[in-house]
Amino acid sequence: MSATTQHGILAAERADGRRQALLVAGVLAICVVALAITGFFDAQRFAEGIPALAQLGSEMIPPDFSRWQHWLRPLLDTLAMSIAGTILAVILSLPLALLAAPNTTVHPALGHITRLLLSFLRSVPELILGIIFVAAVGFGALPGVLALALHSVGMVGKFYAEAIEHVDPRPLEAARAAGATRVQVITKAVLPQVLPQLADITIYRWEYHFRASTVLGIVGAGGIGFELIAALRLIAYDQVAAILLTILACVVLVDSLGAALRRRLK
Amino acid sequence: MNDQTGGKPALRLIKGGVVYPNGTRALHPTSLDFAEGAFTVLLGPSGAGKSTLLRSLNGLVPLSEGHVETARLGPVRGTRGWREHRRATGMVFQQHQLIGRLTAFANVLTGRLGHHSTLRSLLPLSPDEKHLALDALDRVGLLDFALRRADQLSGGQQQRVGIARALAQAPNLILADEPVASLDPATSERVLALLHDICRQDGLSAIVSLHQVELARQFADRIIGIGGGRVVFDGPPGALDEAAIRRIYGGTAPTQVHATPILETTP
Repeated sequence: MSATTQHGILAAERADGRRQALLVAGVLAICVVALAITGFFDAQRFAEGIPALAQLGSEMIPPDFSRWQHWLRPLLDTLAMSIAGTILAVILSLPLALLAAPNTTVHPALGHITRLLLSFLRSVPELILGIIFVAAVGFGALPGVLALALHSVGMVGKFYAEAIEHVDPRPLEAARAAGATRVQVITKAVLPQVLPQLADITIYRWEYHFRASTVLGIVGAGGIGFELIAALRLIAYDQVAAILLTILACVVLVDSLGAALRRRLK
Repeated sequence: MNDQTGGKPALRLIKGGVVYPNGTRALHPTSLDFAEGAFTVLLGPSGAGKSTLLRSLNGLVPLSEGHVETARLGPVRGTRGWREHRRATGMVFQQHQLIGRLTAFANVLTGRLGHHSTLRSLLPLSPDEKHLALDALDRVGLLDFALRRADQLSGGQQQRVGIARALAQAPNLILADEPVASLDPATSERVLALLHDICRQDGLSAIVSLHQVELARQFADRIIGIGGGRVVFDGPPGALDEAAIRRIYGGTAPTQVHATPILETTP
């Protein structure tokens, strides 16, 4: 290799390095601006806030578990909400995912419309859906389940569709060659390939639903979250702490149960 | 056209041609009669149009012109017609096209799909059909592997499952698209011999695409040489001389095309 080309390579490498440095500096600047806009550099608020936080923390100790019997039913409600929301989401997601995936859709235009619908459902937060359903069907676990399910359809449907989109097309061709109908190709060649992935997505979603349903209780959609907001309103921070610890324990339990289920699918 | 065994053709391609949507002419209008019970080999280099021709015979590649006729159905038309034709036509693929995480048995059962309505296929199959599938696995020597996952089988075993799946259809015609191209030479010969023997015993017509001249000579009743999307040779294996081979392979030695058979796609 001649000296001039080596020189050229080194010059190009330096230019590359400068571009990268500029990019990193740019990203850093944007981050700093975002922190500034949200008031992170307001030292006075921190000076006042930290002692207040410490005060709150001290009021949480020791956690007050005396009302634990009153939390059992709401906890059971939360668990039931997470499971009911998941099965509803699955029932709605599967047909939508089959319509959304390019390789199983009835028509490309319908595929686009379905994907748009899924994006829309994802973009409405479940808290908002919860408020809407509480207004529609009243307090309790039911509006919570509906909110969880509808929001999750957007997410689960998208993940299902992506799994379906990436199946090996060759067994599908083999099924067609044997005289299978469109629906038979889906039930006998597509779904058997993606079943473990669909189950994986579903179990992950169930774990998420348990965490999300505690938040939904805050808008009156039943479960342990309802107890949490009640304790907060009474300024009973020692009870709040106890409920938070209880929720934490349940989340850990549900997550490890979900992880164990997903391991068995591998 | 040459017709070695005589009798009524099991399948006829009448002025069939294929132009792909991108404008590529893959098969020039071609008429071929395939005799009942004959083992026909389509011979040619990668990209010659063998795969296109073979797949046009069961509609996996739609014909741009011409049509397909069978002894049983006459001209094959419409969704129902093609479904009926496909049900009676077993297909064996180069890449096996099995579902890896299902058992060999479950894969063979997919060969029965064409025999059932969509709704019926949601219910379990009858014991008779399950025995039919197990018989097919037995014939390819894999009964002991019936409950093994397909992706845990060797390449040769997977291809035998592919053959069993085609047999489970109880077909009267077998199409095999480069059935041994992904296998080593010894396994290739064994698998092809198995396919040949089964077709002979059951009196099945077979149309098999290959790129190995030696294998074609060994097993074929009739060889159809394909080059550039046209039939460039058609005759018994004895008539396949050096000149014919040069015609099929366009001057290149046929051994040179062995290097990339796995990458072969339809042109």
